[in-house]
Amino acid sequence: MKSRDLTDLAIRNLREALLRNALTTLGVAVGVASLVAMLSLGVGLQQLAAKRLSQSGLFDTILVTPKNNFRGMGRPPREAVSEKLPRVLDEDARKQIEKLPNVIEVYPQVRFFTEVRFNNKPFATVVAGMPDSSRNSGSFDGMTGNFFSSPNANEAILQIEFAKDLSAQPASLVGQELVLRYAERQSFAPNGADASASSSKSTGGFSVVPKELHLKIVGVVETEPAAGYAGMGNARLLMPLQTASALRAAQVNDLRDIVRDNTVNKTTYPSLSVRAKSPAQVDALETAIKNMGFGAFSLLDASKSLRTFFSVFDLLLGIFGSLALAVATLGIVNTLVMAILERRREIGVLKALGAADSDVQQLFFVEAGVMGLFGGIFGVLFGWLLGRAITFGTNVYLHRQNLNSIELSSVPWWLVLSALAFAVLVSLVAGLYPASRAAKLNPVDALRYE
Amino acid sequence: MPTADPAIHLDHVSRHYTMGATHVRAVDDLSLSVPSGEFLALLGSSGSGKSTLLNLIAGLDRPTFGAIVAYGQNIASLSSVDLARYRRNTIGMIFQSFNLLVRMTLEENVELPLRLAEVDRSDRGPRVREALERVRLTHRLGHRPTELSGGEQQRVAIARALVNRPKILLADEPTGNLDSNTGEAILSLLRDLQNNLGMTIIMVTHERPLAERFADRLAIMGDGKLLSATAAVKRIAQ
Repeated sequence: MKSRDLTDLAIRNLREALLRNALTTLGVAVGVASLVAMLSLGVGLQQLAAKRLSQSGLFDTILVTPKNNFRGMGRPPREAVSEKLPRVLDEDARKQIEKLPNVIEVYPQVRFFTEVRFNNKPFATVVAGMPDSSRNSGSFDGMTGNFFSSPNANEAILQIEFAKDLSAQPASLVGQELVLRYAERQSFAPNGADASASSSKSTGGFSVVPKELHLKIVGVVETEPAAGYAGMGNARLLMPLQTASALRAAQVNDLRDIVRDNTVNKTTYPSLSVRAKSPAQVDALETAIKNMGFGAFSLLDASKSLRTFFSVFDLLLGIFGSLALAVATLGIVNTLVMAILERRREIGVLKALGAADSDVQQLFFVEAGVMGLFGGIFGVLFGWLLGRAITFGTNVYLHRQNLNSIELSSVPWWLVLSALAFAVLVSLVAGLYPASRAAKLNPVDALRYE
Repeated sequence: MPTADPAIHLDHVSRHYTMGATHVRAVDDLSLSVPSGEFLALLGSSGSGKSTLLNLIAGLDRPTFGAIVAYGQNIASLSSVDLARYRRNTIGMIFQSFNLLVRMTLEENVELPLRLAEVDRSDRGPRVREALERVRLTHRLGHRPTELSGGEQQRVAIARALVNRPKILLADEPTGNLDSNTGEAILSLLRDLQNNLGMTIIMVTHERPLAERFADRLAIMGDGKLLSATAAVKRIAQ
C-alpha cells in the first residue's frame, strides 16, 4: 500500500476509537513533556553557567607567572626546584608572548590591597586594573552606570557587595567620588635621594610613600571579570589599567624582587594575563608559554570538567524524564493490542481483499507512529510550558530574595526535533509487537471471528 | 459461457488439521476442474468442507497436500507476498455476512482493494463508480453500510469484489443472510456478471434450488470429498 493510503487509513482507524487513542496519545505527550522539561532545565542551567563563565572571561585567558612563584606560606613548591635560574616575567617576556600566534593582548595584572575612604570612612579592599578591551567582553553587560570613559580616566567601578558596604543604595553611588589611599613605590636614586623616575632605574631598593587619588564612581558591577582568578581574591574596586599602572602601587612581588639580583634594572610583573582569540586556542597557547619557561594556567580543564558534568547531569535528567515515556509506550502497546482484538475481522477482510502481511504490519506501525508524533508535538509544547512555569516560579522566588531573574529552562531546536524523533521512535518500537501480531493473524480465523 | 481452458484445477487437494486430539480431514484428496467462465455451485451439508475448499482456492489457506492451479499457476507453492498479489488481482470474494467496513462509506469500501493494489488515485474514482453502477448503487456513494439493507450491502460487497477486475469470483454463501427474493436478485446479478464479464464464479451455498437455477454445474461435497459434479439439471431444463 502507498504511504499516503497507509497514513490515511491509520488516521481513520485512530479516529474511530477517539477517546482511547487520545488518552494514549496524551500519555505519550506527558512522557515527552517530562523529558523535555527535564532536559530544558539541564540545558538552561548549562547555558546559564556557560554564559556566566564566558562573561567572566575565564576561558580565553591564560594567567602567566614566573615558574617559581611563591605559593604561600609554608606550602611546598609545585615542581622540584631546578638548579637553573627561573625566567623573569619582565617587559621582554611580555613582548615575546605578545608575538605568539592567536594572542590578542598581553597585559600585566595590577592588583593590590589598599584602603578606600568614602564619606571619611575607611574601607579595606583589593583594587584591580581593567584593560580597555574588557569593555566588550560582555562582563559589564547589564551593569549600573557606565564603563570607564577613557583608558586613563580617574574613575572607578565598584563591585556590588563593596558598593553595598559604602551605601545602602548602591545605584546612588554613581557620580560620587571616593579617595583611594595607596602605597606608592619610589626607587632610591644612586646618591641615596628619592627618585621620581621609573623604578626600572632603581639600584636595588625602593621606598614606600603613602598617596591619595580621587576617583569618580562611574558604575556598579555584579562581579569582577575573571573573579578570583589572579589569585588574590575578588577585586572590589576596578579602575582603568593605565591609571592603576601609573600609580606604581607597591605589589606583592616587590619584596621578592628586591632580594633578587637579576631584577634590579628591569620592570617585572607578578603575573601577566594573555588573551587568546578563542577558547579553542588556549590549550596550544598555554603549552607554548610553558615551553618559554613560565608557569601558565587556564580554566580550560575546568571547563572540560564542567561540560562532562553537564553531560552526565543531562543524561540523568533524560533518564528520569524518559521513565514517564516508557510507561506511555506500554499504553501504546495496550491500545494497539486492544485494536487488534476489536479489528480482527477487519484484518481478515483486508487480507481477503489482497493485503499482504506487510501491509497490515505497516498499518499498525503507522498508527503507533501517528500517536507518537502527535504525542511528541503536544509533549514538546507541554514540556516548554512546564519549563516556563518553573522559570517563572523560580524568578518570583529570586525577586523576593532581591536577586536578579534567570533563564532557568531552555528548549533549543535540537531538543524539539530530538524529542519528536524520540517520541516517534519509541512509539514505533512499542508498535513492533502489536504490528507483528496483527500481520501474523490467520485470515481464515480472523474472518470467522465474531 | 464456460470454455475448455480450466480457470481452476484442483489436483488431489487435501487440507488436514488437528483439533485437540482429533485429526480433521476438512478436504480430502479432492480433484476438480473449473473451466474459465463457469458458474459452479459447491453444495453439501455443514462441515462437508465447502468453505475450506473455497478458502484454499482464494489463497487464504494452504493445502496440506496437492496442487491448486489457477490460470496455470500453482498457488500452493506461492510465497505469502505472491499469494496476497494473487488474492488482489485474480480473486474477488463475497461473504455471507458481507464484511463491509462499517466506518467507511460505500465508496471507500469499494475503493479499498484499489488502495491495496496501489492503483493511482485519479483512476480510482471512475473505477469505483463503474463497479457501483454494475450493482446499481451509485446514488448511495456517501452512505455507510449500516444505512443499507442486507441485499444492498451484498451488492456493495459484489462491487468491492469486482473493482479490481478479477477473473474469478468466489462467493461464500452470499444469500445466507438474505430473504429469498433478495437472494434471488443477488444470484441473478452474479449470473449477469458471469455473462457480461466472462467471470468464473464458484459459490458455496446450502440452497440447492437456487443453485440449480443459476449455476452451470453443481459439485456436491461430503466429508471433505467430492461426491459428484454434475450439470445443473433444472437450469438446463429451463
